[in-house]
Amino acid sequence: MYLVKVYVTYKDSILDPKGEAVNDALHRLGYENVQSVELGKYFELKLAAGERPVATEVDEMCDQLLANVNMETYRYEITEMEAL
Amino acid sequence: MKFAVPVFPGSNCDHDMVNALRDVLQVEADLVPAATTTTLDQYDAVILPGGFSYGDYLRSGAIARFAPVMTAIKAMAAAGKPVVGICNGFQILTEAGLLPGALQANRRGQFICQTSELIVKNTSTQFTSAYEPDAHIQLPIAHGEGNYYCDDDTLAELRANHQILFEYAANPNGSVANIAGIMNRQGNVLGMMPHPERAVEALLGSTDGLGLFQSLIARQTQEVAHA
Amino acid sequence: MLKNQTLSANELRDQKVYRDWGLTDDEYQLISEKVLGRLPNYTEAGLFSGMWSEHCSYKNSKPVLKKFWTQGEQVLEGPGEGAGIIDIGDGQAVVFKAESHNHPSAVEPYEGAATGVGGIIRDIFSMGARPIALLDSLRFGEPDDAHTKYLISQVVAGIGGYGNCIGIPTVGGDTVFDASYQKNPLVNAMCVGILDQADIQKGQATGIGNSVIYVGAKTGRDGINGASFASAEFNDAKATQRSAVQVGDPFMEKLLMEACLEVIHEHRDVLIGIQDMGAAGLVSSSAEMASKAGSGLELNLDLVPQRESGMTPFELMLSESQERMLLCVKAGAEAEIYAVFEKYGLDAVKIGEVTEGHQYQLFHHGQLVADVPVDALATKAPVYQRDKKRPSRLTKQSHHQFMPRLVDATGTLKKMLQQPTIASKKSLYETYDSQVQTNTVVKPGSDAGVIRIRHTDKALAMTTDVNGRYLYLNPRIGGEIAVAEAARNIIASGGVPLGITDCLNYGNPEKPEQFYDLDESAQGIARACQLFNTPVISGNVSLNNESNGEAIYPTPMIGMVGLIKHQRDITTQDFKQAGDGVYVLGTTGADFNGSEIQKMLTGQVSGELFDFDLVTEHQNQRLLLRAIQKGLVASAHDVSEGGLIVAIAESCFDHDLGVTLTSDLSATDFFAETQSRFVVSVKPAQQVAFEELMGTAATYLGQTTTDDRLWIKTADQAFDLPVSFAKQLWEEALPCRLK
Repeated sequence: MYLVKVYVTYKDSILDPKGEAVNDALHRLGYENVQSVELGKYFELKLAAGERPVATEVDEMCDQLLANVNMETYRYEITEMEAL
Repeated sequence: MKFAVPVFPGSNCDHDMVNALRDVLQVEADLVPAATTTTLDQYDAVILPGGFSYGDYLRSGAIARFAPVMTAIKAMAAAGKPVVGICNGFQILTEAGLLPGALQANRRGQFICQTSELIVKNTSTQFTSAYEPDAHIQLPIAHGEGNYYCDDDTLAELRANHQILFEYAANPNGSVANIAGIMNRQGNVLGMMPHPERAVEALLGSTDGLGLFQSLIARQTQEVAHA
Repeated sequence: MLKNQTLSANELRDQKVYRDWGLTDDEYQLISEKVLGRLPNYTEAGLFSGMWSEHCSYKNSKPVLKKFWTQGEQVLEGPGEGAGIIDIGDGQAVVFKAESHNHPSAVEPYEGAATGVGGIIRDIFSMGARPIALLDSLRFGEPDDAHTKYLISQVVAGIGGYGNCIGIPTVGGDTVFDASYQKNPLVNAMCVGILDQADIQKGQATGIGNSVIYVGAKTGRDGINGASFASAEFNDAKATQRSAVQVGDPFMEKLLMEACLEVIHEHRDVLIGIQDMGAAGLVSSSAEMASKAGSGLELNLDLVPQRESGMTPFELMLSESQERMLLCVKAGAEAEIYAVFEKYGLDAVKIGEVTEGHQYQLFHHGQLVADVPVDALATKAPVYQRDKKRPSRLTKQSHHQFMPRLVDATGTLKKMLQQPTIASKKSLYETYDSQVQTNTVVKPGSDAGVIRIRHTDKALAMTTDVNGRYLYLNPRIGGEIAVAEAARNIIASGGVPLGITDCLNYGNPEKPEQFYDLDESAQGIARACQLFNTPVISGNVSLNNESNGEAIYPTPMIGMVGLIKHQRDITTQDFKQAGDGVYVLGTTGADFNGSEIQKMLTGQVSGELFDFDLVTEHQNQRLLLRAIQKGLVASAHDVSEGGLIVAIAESCFDHDLGVTLTSDLSATDFFAETQSRFVVSVKPAQQVAFEELMGTAATYLGQTTTDDRLWIKTADQAFDLPVSFAKQLWEEALPCRLK
């Protein structure tokens, strides 16, 4: 069993209106040191071990569904969990 | 009687509310900018309108609760004057802690725009006195995050104090206990997801929203008469 | 992103990099030899590639668009500006336009659809109008495979995400499913606005020394040089860290809209012109504003608000970042304008000014980086008269009309109600706010959306229509029918058609067979528009909608707006009460080629399209309108896809009424798609007057009832099923298919 944490964010050139809105709000609250805010998506998947390498499966899932590679990038962490 | 309707950046039902108040109910109403208004002392009531304040990009109402006008709104609530939040206004009032609970994404995950049948559960309030007890009324809903949530203790309290004013006859969004609208314990702050301002003209399909405004106006007029 | 941005003019010529931007060798030569008399530098060639694209120059479609009828005494502003304008009396006017966002929606359906909506809204408020309604015309493949379902859900979410947030009601549109659109979905958005005629704006930059002011969102590297550049990049989308996909920011646009309308209404004396930065961004908006006014223009690109560092002049000029506008303001009045935008928390910066002469000059880091005649960019693109050849699918067409064989009329009806194109679209349009602004009288689901005009007795009806199958079988008649059906929807709602906008969605016009479709259908549209007195006032063209050499059905989306003079005339399609008489206006023929039932039973449409007579259509429409205006009509519904039986069933659903009808027609005939027909219901007290007015044009079929039963006795079989069951099939079919 694996625990997979996937982080999806916009590519560099993509406008992030949500991040901008939060950034502005933090400034209004006096947190002037905030340089930028990026809002992304976070997924936690629990995966049983299969025949194929976990990383291959996760890559595929990200490419097909969790991210739109036309505008988003992703990274992930895989940790092996002890079977319950 | 004079209403204030704060305009948050991204409010989009502000004009609808003022049109309903002025054109149909023939009372005074002003649009007041949320970013620069710090007192509402000259108003008898405030209605936070629907829309997408600050884009609702973080959580609905999460950024709006820090707008300068909120200080004035909290002062009004503390003074016992009527404070009403419709749709996004309701979301702001819960984020600001003026009403208990929170509004989550609709159960099906989609925005819903439809006419919803509501049951008026408590008619002994300044917001609902014009309705018959347990009246079934038709009000439009239009929201993506209208799924009311509160924990069991809060729900028990809401029930015990008759703070639930409107329930959905058929739950459209997954709200706890079919809740469509609640008031605070003191009875002067109301939040509801349905849009009464969209139901004040027969031409547009329903006049069932009139009762809410008429209740408020009647109450204020009485108070003035007593004073 | 642009590896070759240091290329010299000579290198550019030798390596032919301009080809990647969509310029042909001939066009490059024309620029070098005739227009400039020298080789263009890198930035200049980029400016031409944007301005001479089909989207900005209409170089392929201009000869076709010229055939459109654009006159009519009601027209205040025809095609050419951001959107067309039509007089509706009392000093008011209606503005509307539609635009396609097909390719962006195929790549990133949520943002593609959202930015399509955002773009069309800017076109409307840049004319000085407040947007009052949105409509969406969508075409997808059959809703069976996972990718198509994903496209549908994301496009619908994107439309709602933008329109709901900005607070403009989505009141209508149409959604059709056909394998023809499997690889090339169509997303066409239409926006309608209303304004006082005194507020009409033009996108122009006049008066030497006047300021050019940039307002709204910052410029990033999104959407640079439009579709050609982007599509090349998408092949390796995963590998690249940058992307050309544009993300919509409806919150920003809401603020931008309110600020621009405030400038237009309250600072009219200092505002000279205003234009949206749409396709080809800054270059197209600024060059068009100067060219229309016969002015020169100078811009300092260092002043352009930028979201990313190190942007080149090429990138700054061709970025298609959203939610930006360009204003021309009297010299000295800048601070007054800045103050308005500051109130809304928006950037407003002077980036240049109007100059003497006719040159378009760009400065970057103190250097003159482009210096070209304004008109060369805006008006001197070549115009191509493409070859035209009748497609083989038409020359080989069978002359026989398809004749469905109906064994079980009721069973066929049940199946028909569940066809994706026929089934209720409620699960889609219910996710759009259709009532914000509190003017919506008729919500989505009837023939046309209806918006009342506040403080008057008037209302506007609006609709989008086109049946690509008909155009596939006969582009000219199909074009006529598209306009006729739109007009039928407006009339059935109680309105007088005022004019149209269009999105011309076709394949590659360089292929003679596909140019034939474009040219023929334009002629059909033109003829119908003239007869209905509905001039074309705006529109756009989307070409190259094809995959593996296979084009979509020719799909000229028609968006029509009509004026309802008195609110009492507003009519909807649903039967109102039991005991009303049910009539069909118009005659029914054995017209099945291209029909829904042909598609349902054979899996495709084929054969020569049935006959269609515009004059009969016009007469029937006028007749119904007169009946509505005399107060004789309880409900009216146009008969279209699925034929008479579908129109009758749909009329029953809203108030859960039944019908008991008798007809000389065969059960099969009830599925025929003969045009020019309406299903009308009439209160008993008005039936005599109605019949007198109609003469032989309308046929009495029977009555509405309170029974939960749709019962129709035809010449051969009977349709017989509970209305509640029919409604359930019709309502649940699409959500079920999309699961």
